[in-house]
Amino acid sequence: MSEAALLVESLAYEYPDGNLALHDVSLRIERGERVALLGPNGSGKTTLVKHLNGILAGNSGSVSVDGVRVDLQNKDSLRRIRSSVGVVFQDPDDQLFMPTVREDVAFGPFNMGARGEELDLVVKDALERVGMWELRDRPPHHLSFGQRRRVAVATVLSMSPKILVLDEPSSNLDPASRRELADILRGLDITLLMVTHDLPYALELCERSLVLAGGHVVADSRTREILRDTDLLSRHRLELPLGFRVD
Amino acid sequence: MIRPNEDPLKHPISDHHHGHDFGERLVLHRHSIVHHLEPQVKILAMFLFIIVCVATPIHFWQAFVVYGLLVLGTILIAQLPLNVVARRSLIELPFVFFAIMMPIFGSGERVEVLGVSLSRLGIESGASILVKGTFGVLCAVCLSATTPAREILRGLERLRLPNLLVQIVSFMIRYVNVVSDEMVRMKIARLSRGFEAQGVRSWRFLANVAGALFIRSYERGERVYLAMLSRGYSGKLPDTGHGSAGIRQWAQGLLLPVLALLVLAMTNIWMSR
Repeated sequence: MSEAALLVESLAYEYPDGNLALHDVSLRIERGERVALLGPNGSGKTTLVKHLNGILAGNSGSVSVDGVRVDLQNKDSLRRIRSSVGVVFQDPDDQLFMPTVREDVAFGPFNMGARGEELDLVVKDALERVGMWELRDRPPHHLSFGQRRRVAVATVLSMSPKILVLDEPSSNLDPASRRELADILRGLDITLLMVTHDLPYALELCERSLVLAGGHVVADSRTREILRDTDLLSRHRLELPLGFRVD
Repeated sequence: MIRPNEDPLKHPISDHHHGHDFGERLVLHRHSIVHHLEPQVKILAMFLFIIVCVATPIHFWQAFVVYGLLVLGTILIAQLPLNVVARRSLIELPFVFFAIMMPIFGSGERVEVLGVSLSRLGIESGASILVKGTFGVLCAVCLSATTPAREILRGLERLRLPNLLVQIVSFMIRYVNVVSDEMVRMKIARLSRGFEAQGVRSWRFLANVAGALFIRSYERGERVYLAMLSRGYSGKLPDTGHGSAGIRQWAQGLLLPVLALLVLAMTNIWMSR
C-alpha cells in the first residue's frame, strides 16, 4: 500500500488545564480524497487540526503526512510539514495579516525560499485559482468576508500543499459565497480535509466523512450513509437543517 | 480559473469599513508629482527639510518666509486644498499654548509690548517653537495626505528602519481596524442592552469592556501568530514591493531640502555682511 496523504494513529492530547480534548484518534486519508471531519462544537476538531501541522504535539500517538512524521523537535521536518499541510483557519482576519492581498499570499512561499519571478508566478497562480487576482493590491480589510476567506485559501495554495485542511470553511458565508467557495474547492486537484458541522456542505463536497465526538472517531463512512443515520447524528449533537433530506 | 458571478471590482469596499480606514483615512487621492514619488524619497526629503528648518536661527526671518513659500509650493503641486491642510494643522494647538506662555513666564531681560512686560528670551524661543513646529506639522500633513500609511512604512523599511519595528507597526496598521470594529460591536451590544455611560459608576463596566477587548486582542494575536507559524514564519516578513526610486525621483524629492539649505546659506552670508 502506498503512503497515506494523512495518517493519524492513536493520537491523544490533554490541554495543560487538564481538559482531555483528544482521546485515541486514528484516521487515514488517501491521496486525492476529499474527507469531511464532522463533530459538534467542542468535540476536539480544531485541536486535531492544530496537530496536523505541528502546532500542538500529542501526549501520545503520531501524525504522519505523506509518510513524514510530524515531530516538533525536528525543525527541518517541521518546515516540510508546514509547507505540505495547508491549514485555512476559521477567521480569515487571523490568517490575513499582511498589508495587501498579494503580499499575504507571498508570505508562505517566501518563507519556503521562493524569490523574485518564481514568487510572483506562484502568487498569481494561487490568486487566479480562487478568482481573486483582480483584487491583489487591496488591503484585506477592504474585502468582503467571502472574499477574505477565498484569499485565505489562496495563501495556503501558494505553498503547494499536499493536503488542504479547512476549519469550518462555510461559517459566516452567505449562500452565494458559500457556493462560490464550494466551486473553487471542487476545482482544486488536491487532498482535502474539511472540518465542519455544516452537514449539507460536507455532503456537497466530500464523498467520505468521519465523525469526531468526545475525542474519538466514532464513525467513518460515506457521507451519505452517515447523514442518513439519524440516530448517530442525534447521539453526537449533529443535525441536518430543517427540511433537508438525504435520499 | 473560477470567476465569481459578481464582478468584485464593482463593490470592492464593504460599506462597513468605508470611511474609517486607519491606513487610508488621511490620504487625498490626486495625480501629482508628490503623490507619485516613492515613499522613501518623501520621508527623507521631509526629514532633511525639517532639519534645515530647525537649524535656522529664528532671527533669519527672511529665510523662514522663503521656507514658507517652498512648503506652499509643495502643497500646491500636490494639489492639496489649503483649507484641509490648515484644518489638519490645528493638531499643533497644544504646542501653540506653550509657545504663548513662554514670553510671559520667561526669565531675563524684559520688554514692554502694548503695556505688557514680556521676556525677550521667551519671545524668541516661543516664536522659534511656533514657527519651526508649524513647518514640521505642515510637512507631516503633506506626507500623510499624499502617502498611505503602509507606503510610509515601506519607505521606512527601505530607509533601513529595523525590521522588527516595521513588523510591529505593520501589524498595528493591519489590526487597528479589526480591533476598532470589535470595539464598535461591543459598544452597540452595550447600548442595545440599555447601558449609558454616566459618571463614575459606569467606569466599572467600561473597565470590564477594556479588559474584554484586551483579552480578545491578545488571543487574536496568538491565533495570528499560529497562522504565521503554519505558513513557515521564521522572523522575517517578505518585501515584495518592487518600486525603487530612480535618480529622477530622488532629484525631484530632494529639491525641497536642497533649496531650503541654499536659502539658509545665502541668508547666513547676507546677515553676516
